[in-house]
Amino acid sequence: MEALVFILSLVDCCTLIFMAVYFIITLSDLECDYINARACCSKLNKWIVPELVALGFVTLLMLVSMHWFIFLLNLPITAWNIYRYLAVPCGNVGVFDPTEIHNRGQLKTHMKEAMIKLGFHLLCFFIYLYSMILALIND
Amino acid sequence: MQQPLSTGHGAPLQNSSTAPEHHQQMPNKAPLVPMAGQYDFNYYQNNYQAPVHNIIRPPLCPTSLGAPQGPGQMYTALPLNPNLTSARPQLDPTFVSAPPQGGYVPSGGHYPGQVPYNVPSQSTTQGIPPHSSSYPGFSYHPAMPAFNTHYNAPLTSQTFHPPTSQPLVGVLPSHVKPLPETVQRPAQGSFQPYPAGNTTASWHPSPGASMPAPTNPTAAVSSTNSQTSAGPPLSMPHNINQSYLPDRAKVATLPVVGAPLARQQPPLADPPVSTSASPASASRAQEGVDSSSSSSSSTNTSLPNNYDALEGGSYQDSAPSATTAPAPSDPHPLKSTKPFGYAYPTLQPAYQNVAASSQSVGPPTGQGYSPGPQHFAQPFSSVNQLSSTMEGLTFRNNRKAEALRQVSLLQERNILPPVPILSPQSNLSPELKKLNCSPDLFRCTLMNIPQTQTLLNKAKLPLGLLLHPFRDLTHLPVITSSTIVRCRTCRTYINPFVSFLDQRRWKCNLCYRVNDVPEEFMYNPLTRSYGEPHKRPEVQTATVEFIASSDYMLRPPQPAVYLFVFDVSHNAVESGYLNICCQSLLENFDKLPGDSRTRIGFITFDSTVHFFNLQEGLSQPQMLIVSDIEDIFIPTPDSLMVNLHESKELIKDLLKVLPTMFTSTRETHSALGPALQAAFKLMSATGGRISVFQTQLPSIGVGRLLSREDPNQRSTTKGVQHLAPATDFYKKFALDCSGQQVAVDLFLLSGQYTDMASLACMSKYSAGSVFYYPSFHHIHNPAQVEKFQKDLKRYLIRKIGFEAVMRIRCTKGLSIHTFHGNFFVRSTDLLSLANINPDSGFTVQMSIEESLVDTSIVCFQAALLYTSSKGERRIRVHTLCLPVVNSVADVYAGADVQAITCLLATMAVDRSVSSSLSDARDALVNAVVDSLSAYRSTVSNLQRSVLVAPNSLRLFPLYILALLKQQAFRTGTSTRLDERVFAMCEMKTQPLIHLMLTIHPNLYRIDNLPDEGSITVGDKAIPQPPVMQLSAEKLSKEGAFLMDCGSVMYLWIGKNCSSNFISEVLGFPNHASIPQNMTQLPELNTVLSQRTSSFVSWLRDSRPFLSILYIVKDDSPMRANFFQRLVEDRSESALSYYEFLLHIQQQISK
Repeated sequence: MEALVFILSLVDCCTLIFMAVYFIITLSDLECDYINARACCSKLNKWIVPELVALGFVTLLMLVSMHWFIFLLNLPITAWNIYRYLAVPCGNVGVFDPTEIHNRGQLKTHMKEAMIKLGFHLLCFFIYLYSMILALIND
Repeated sequence: MQQPLSTGHGAPLQNSSTAPEHHQQMPNKAPLVPMAGQYDFNYYQNNYQAPVHNIIRPPLCPTSLGAPQGPGQMYTALPLNPNLTSARPQLDPTFVSAPPQGGYVPSGGHYPGQVPYNVPSQSTTQGIPPHSSSYPGFSYHPAMPAFNTHYNAPLTSQTFHPPTSQPLVGVLPSHVKPLPETVQRPAQGSFQPYPAGNTTASWHPSPGASMPAPTNPTAAVSSTNSQTSAGPPLSMPHNINQSYLPDRAKVATLPVVGAPLARQQPPLADPPVSTSASPASASRAQEGVDSSSSSSSSTNTSLPNNYDALEGGSYQDSAPSATTAPAPSDPHPLKSTKPFGYAYPTLQPAYQNVAASSQSVGPPTGQGYSPGPQHFAQPFSSVNQLSSTMEGLTFRNNRKAEALRQVSLLQERNILPPVPILSPQSNLSPELKKLNCSPDLFRCTLMNIPQTQTLLNKAKLPLGLLLHPFRDLTHLPVITSSTIVRCRTCRTYINPFVSFLDQRRWKCNLCYRVNDVPEEFMYNPLTRSYGEPHKRPEVQTATVEFIASSDYMLRPPQPAVYLFVFDVSHNAVESGYLNICCQSLLENFDKLPGDSRTRIGFITFDSTVHFFNLQEGLSQPQMLIVSDIEDIFIPTPDSLMVNLHESKELIKDLLKVLPTMFTSTRETHSALGPALQAAFKLMSATGGRISVFQTQLPSIGVGRLLSREDPNQRSTTKGVQHLAPATDFYKKFALDCSGQQVAVDLFLLSGQYTDMASLACMSKYSAGSVFYYPSFHHIHNPAQVEKFQKDLKRYLIRKIGFEAVMRIRCTKGLSIHTFHGNFFVRSTDLLSLANINPDSGFTVQMSIEESLVDTSIVCFQAALLYTSSKGERRIRVHTLCLPVVNSVADVYAGADVQAITCLLATMAVDRSVSSSLSDARDALVNAVVDSLSAYRSTVSNLQRSVLVAPNSLRLFPLYILALLKQQAFRTGTSTRLDERVFAMCEMKTQPLIHLMLTIHPNLYRIDNLPDEGSITVGDKAIPQPPVMQLSAEKLSKEGAFLMDCGSVMYLWIGKNCSSNFISEVLGFPNHASIPQNMTQLPELNTVLSQRTSSFVSWLRDSRPFLSILYIVKDDSPMRANFFQRLVEDRSESALSYYEFLLHIQQQISK
């Protein structure tokens, strides 16, 4: 059971890592003028909700399986994602707004955020991996 | 100091700038070598308005409808297809203009005999009012003679289906859809990429063809006269350029500069110009084709596939060519510091001849530069040069000392100078300054750029640029040459601030790459001499326009396409705008900018969307009604956008009947969203301009909005809500439009709340403009009506550029981090502008990324690539050069307080939308507090208790206080939400001069206009009264005061104003008899009246749109507005200027 939880979260974490990498790649494409702001934002906005779901899933899973430490680790970043999703003004196209992404250093902020997330997910990945192996051995 | 390039708005006085002399005197000095076509390019300078546009280049003409056609019938060359007529009987008959004998049945179906799905039954069963009630104009309106009989209706109204009938909805599309196929509609958007090679053979110009322009020396002189004699009627729209008068600031300085008036005459009347204009146009048009082919073969073999590549910002594109090119050996390290005078040793002999001798140029130093052939003897002896250089130096130092003179703000009461403020001077050497771009076009907040970001942070001043790139100019060198010389790495256009290492190489001033000078560039067509690349016009003026080759096209240049979308709901009909609008369109019909391909279309909407079939060959315009607003479709895609010239009569007919068609409508709903979608579908194939006229909140269909304003909160001092849009529909729509090169201009005429914040988005991101006429009514508000008429006229005939992109480049180390204005930022430095108009300004904020220690000057270049209304691709390039300084004192000395205020205003708008209004207000106050305290701690050495400012910033607190009291940011005073949002939109798009007036109005006393200091414009003497401080203490009951707030003027008449003034200027016997709502100065035949009205109209002419003049007495309703604008006084909710200063002092000493 324990092992199953971690295998699931491991898979989930991999998806999140891929997503973070995808975000970084797309944003840096925009930075280098390979794609325009419109295309970039519509690409990225599509993945905001899946990311949220994946994060929420792993957080809930940890809560249900009562892994308090990992749950608390995941909680702030999930909360941040939910806040970011809800805080979008109704006039904006999405979390990534093509008309504003080039203003006020938003692009850099988004990039930084994606980097931090990638780091976090990598950390989580190894925690899950370790826990999974531990669980398998204990079984 | 006069700028070398005249950028004034076309008054003769402006011609006194050096440009015309420069061109006229050149040939005298240089041997007149006939060009004889030795060189494969053609250059001449011409007025922008020169009638070159009427030439159509067949290979370039977009054949949007597929097959190539003759030049005369672009776009509308689909005559009424025999197929179409033959197909008609099988078609849904409602599409076709039915023969009159069908009879009009007011109770329902229009032509019962022909309509298979009978409408009457639908309308009755569904409880829809009979159709006649929706459009009673057809049968009931007695005013229209054409409507006397039911059969003669000039428009045939056909309803596709009533919206509520479910089965019918299913049926109808099948009736409708087949039509496009039978009309043989060619594929939409079939712009074929223009095959570059095709034209080479057929359009190679014979050398003789290109002769006339260059051989005539005066042809180089740009003259506004040329168009009147030689211009085709189509170039008339540009006349507006000339109606611009010089702005007050520049003219006022003329006597100081001492330019003799005689010098202003030559460019005015120059017969050779007009005669040479048409051959010139012919030759240029041919050259244009030729150049496009030749350069495409030489430089760029593959067509670019996006606009980014087009305008050429990408480093990747140029990398391969850079590697293949032989790397020139660079004697200097790449980033070597360039002393001011060094690179320009033989600077501009023409300037030397013209300019005052005190501004002489240093001798050639020759370092890193072989002077090359010099035709011109240096007119100054070395002693003279030395002394004049010294003079310049001391002058500069004096100026700096003056700018840094400490002003004790609390003690100096009369802080406002009596003459309008000019932009401060930079530390540049005089010769570079002379070459620099005019401050009207390109302005920086800091005329001396700090070396590092740390230094900038220390000064606490914002760094940014204010641009007005498409401003109407009277003198604009237009360059046609086969290769446009640009840096290979950063794609910068060659400009006056590059340095020539030797004859063959030039060093880019933005990225410092060393480039080769192309062979053609060696020849100077102006002097017809060889080997003087530094004397080419590109290197002589900071504002030039290039005729671009096909390398700069993604598709053939689009024609001018205009679509008008009118609100015809009950509310709109009540306001009576449609009549004025159609009238104005009729009057200016022939002046719409465009060529023979110009297309036009009309859509009206209430709860349904109405299209107008104007296909040539019809006897009368047809109205097609689409009531399925959920899924809007275009009934006849081919005949709704028609050629302006071919369907001229039909369009005029339509404009005549349109205002009367809806006079008794009872439809109150407004389906703006669906109408916009329909408009987009019509326009997306070509691009162009959509003009939307809206009078109420959109209430049905997509994009419907709800009223968000709480009238009780208008004067709250707490946060103002709802400054941000309510829906993203309009933003997405604008982005779609921008992608298809469609711009949306919004005219909002409304008495009620219409949610400007949401609606304005459609223009904001599609590079359109927003016009707002609050409480517009054709009877009750004559002042607004007059403004609407005049504005609309200007709007219709002003110059327009299509499918434009603008890139702002700056010297390595600087970067742009925020853009303000109406456009879409497509990539880091590329602004996508579907349309560009001469009245919109742009603002950018900059940051210093890398230290600028290695360089002594920085440059900014704005390149605007657009398609003119004549279908020419053009690039307008402005270059601004500024010195780099390393001390805070120098930074303060170069602070441009007006530019800083405008930049802060745009930043505050952003802040109030993204955060809150009170945040924005705090930020504005903090900006003053921070900069003044930074100044005191770094430069000034006075004790802490005194509030001092450098002279350059002495007006800063005043302007910020004015900004806090401006409509956009004020609190505590009743302000309608729409008006506030509109004021914010204006802040982002207005060019500096106009914006400054709306922030800090000018107050003049005009009851005794002085003669001294008056200027002469045309044959009129314009008095120049001093600008007064905006304080009630300056007003006197004995006087009359004019307050100029940009779009509004108030003339306040004191109670004891001399009856002489009242009777001679206003035409009333005494103060009591002046009516309350007077908005016009009568034209009276008295000296005083003429003098006053000439001053007022001179002020009005200096701006593109009309300023309403309100005559204000103490008991008139406008009184409160007038006194609110006296910003130095205390009001119920805001501080007086003195209190504000005390507040700042308190904040600083905290």
